Amino acid sequence: MILEIVGISVLWLFLFGYIIVGSIDYGAGFFNAYSIVTGRQHILSKIIQRYLSPVWEVTNVFFVFFFVGIVGFFPQSAYYFGTILLIPGSLALILLAIRGSYYAFESYGKQGHKGYAIMYGLSGLLIPASLSIVLTISEGGFVFMEDGNPVLDYGALFYSPLTWSIVVLSIAAVLYISAVFLTWYANETGDKDATNLMRKYALSWSVPLIIAASGIIVELYFHNETHFENLLSLWWMFAVSFVLWILTVVLIWKRRNYGTAFWLLTGQFAFAFFGYGIAHYPYLLYPHISIHEGFTNPAMAISLIVVFILGMALLIPSLYLLLKLFLFDKNYIKGKK
Amino acid sequence: MTLFEDPAYASRMLTLLTLSFHIIYATIGVGVPLMIMIAQWIGIKNNDNHYLLMARRWAKGFVVTVAVGVVTGTIIGLQLSLLWPSFMELAGNIIAMPLFMEVFAFFFEAIFLGIYLYTWDRFDNPKKHLLLLIPVAVGGGMSAYFITVVNSFMNSPAGFDIIGGELVNANPLLAMFTVSMPTKVAHVLSTAYMTIAFMFAAIAAFRLLQKKNQEYHKKSLHMAMKIGLIFAVATALIGDLSGKYLAAYQPEKLAAAEWHFETTTEAPLVMWGVLGEDNEAKYALHVPYALSILAHGLPNSEVIGLEEFPADERPPLVIHYFFDTMVTIGMFMIALSLLYWFGMRRKWAFVEKTWYRWLIVAGGPLSFLAIEAGWWMAEVGRQPWILRGLMTIEEAATTSDYVGWMFVLFAVLYFILGVGTVVVLSYMFRKNPVEKDLERMQGGESS
Repeated sequence: MILEIVGISVLWLFLFGYIIVGSIDYGAGFFNAYSIVTGRQHILSKIIQRYLSPVWEVTNVFFVFFFVGIVGFFPQSAYYFGTILLIPGSLALILLAIRGSYYAFESYGKQGHKGYAIMYGLSGLLIPASLSIVLTISEGGFVFMEDGNPVLDYGALFYSPLTWSIVVLSIAAVLYISAVFLTWYANETGDKDATNLMRKYALSWSVPLIIAASGIIVELYFHNETHFENLLSLWWMFAVSFVLWILTVVLIWKRRNYGTAFWLLTGQFAFAFFGYGIAHYPYLLYPHISIHEGFTNPAMAISLIVVFILGMALLIPSLYLLLKLFLFDKNYIKGKK
Repeated sequence: MTLFEDPAYASRMLTLLTLSFHIIYATIGVGVPLMIMIAQWIGIKNNDNHYLLMARRWAKGFVVTVAVGVVTGTIIGLQLSLLWPSFMELAGNIIAMPLFMEVFAFFFEAIFLGIYLYTWDRFDNPKKHLLLLIPVAVGGGMSAYFITVVNSFMNSPAGFDIIGGELVNANPLLAMFTVSMPTKVAHVLSTAYMTIAFMFAAIAAFRLLQKKNQEYHKKSLHMAMKIGLIFAVATALIGDLSGKYLAAYQPEKLAAAEWHFETTTEAPLVMWGVLGEDNEAKYALHVPYALSILAHGLPNSEVIGLEEFPADERPPLVIHYFFDTMVTIGMFMIALSLLYWFGMRRKWAFVEKTWYRWLIVAGGPLSFLAIEAGWWMAEVGRQPWILRGLMTIEEAATTSDYVGWMFVLFAVLYFILGVGTVVVLSYMFRKNPVEKDLERMQGGESS
């Protein structure tokens, strides 16, 4: 009982980490492409590449951690989700491959291929969109059993307003998170033009984000009433999230404490994401897999948790070193090293 | 076409495609850090700019292949669940731990590689910079170790019981330390180091043929051939142990690879040839007693034949050619590098002749072919099982439609990635030839 809660909490934390670092990365790619198209490349591309180059592998690892972890902790999910996600999963993988190779081909080889930069930017929006479909599917109603095997109902998924609301939310979230982070980062580098431009993007994506997020709660009322009621009983988490959103927007509006604004934003997403996750409990896939029935054996669970703790003991100091050398090194950020 | 009708067949083909493509980048990912480390160490010790430049140039190229390796590694990681959901459900219960650890090992490697690449000139003491490579090389080796552990488990599952279709008494540690693990891991690591050494030897030999910077490429060739020789010999010794493992625990795989149908003593090793009627190998090279020696170390020992296994549990006989490709190339590389080493010591002129250089150039791609052949032998040779003796590929494969179309999509993707790698690497090194880099280094400028 406690082990599966620990397991799902660890996984959910990793997914949250992926949403934050991934959004920064995906959004940055989009803004980069957008600035190329609108001829404002000179303002943005320098800070974006300066940030992206040394930390790009880190983003991908969060994602791999999540899907390897979920197979370990909840093997049944490998069977259900593996079977139904063949097409959306493969498409997401191909998009991820296009992005990943961009770093190799663009940053280390030939530079300035416009078409590739645009594809890269677009894949940054399409990846979150395609991955977010998993959240829609997990709400139930899109999977039926045929000859004892799960089958995904593509028609129902495509015509469901819930699907599209979640897609819109994922894109709005990517752009908003990324814009807020890059406002802060640009400000740290002392680049006024870039700061102003990113600040404008951050403000313009803040309202669509909150509308899309609220819209989903309404959609859930029609789609999955259990989940909706669970969400309502956790209303305070969403209230805190909303307050944090207001504070972030106020700080950015007043051009103050961009760093604090980013941490408030992280808090806003943490409350909303964990509120959503707790309300989803105990189902991984309504109504087929719950975290209790789908859980692995205790020996494996304990081994995984031990490995996880040891691994973290190794990684956290290394990550700290990486961040210290690049992200928080004033000389590096300003391009002196 | 079967590819578009049978999801199990299409899943096999897609896994074959992904693994064959990924293994190239994975081998580079394991082998190159060690080579960079040796070159940089010699460079610092002898204060020789040539070796330091080798390390620098190899590291630059390495980044491109790592990025593609990350991409293809992510693909295979998720594809396992998408294509073999039933297998992954079972595997998740018992062998998830090394998969989980591999992610940590890779993460560790990636972080230090990032630091290493961007800090060439940030340390006053160059040895500190060299130290950063240790976690990179260890992380790469550990990744290979953990993944091979999973593959070993598929060949010799252990650490659990199946009672009434349920997996019970799971012991994740026993599942990691199976009988096939030591030989498999050793074989994967030593072939990776061997192949990468011969890859760099091939590049250096090719540059020498083009009359490029003689001194630099001669040093590079000499170092790579020596390292290659050491690991090629190690590979042969480990390969011999792998044969003994197969004879004891997976005799059907050895028998199929050797076209050894009847259980006999004093069994000869059949190389190449064509299978005629009544299972007679025509045009083949028979090495007397060699199979008995490979299997048990004694010329008169008994080797189990394929006929002792039910027809539907026999691996496809095509693995004979995969096995022979691997062994022939391995022997060729030992001979080539040994002759080179002797030749250089004794000042035999022919090892520096054009034709010998071309043989060394061929050795690079041939070593990669041997790696591919080895994996095809290992994987196709486990047929019909995905988990030997417990689960067949038919039982494990996805029931989804459209796997065939996914095969087409991924084939296109790998084509683009493969061409992209070659184009970017050749552009990168054409733009920065050795001479230019050397001038920069001597001028004290950073690149």
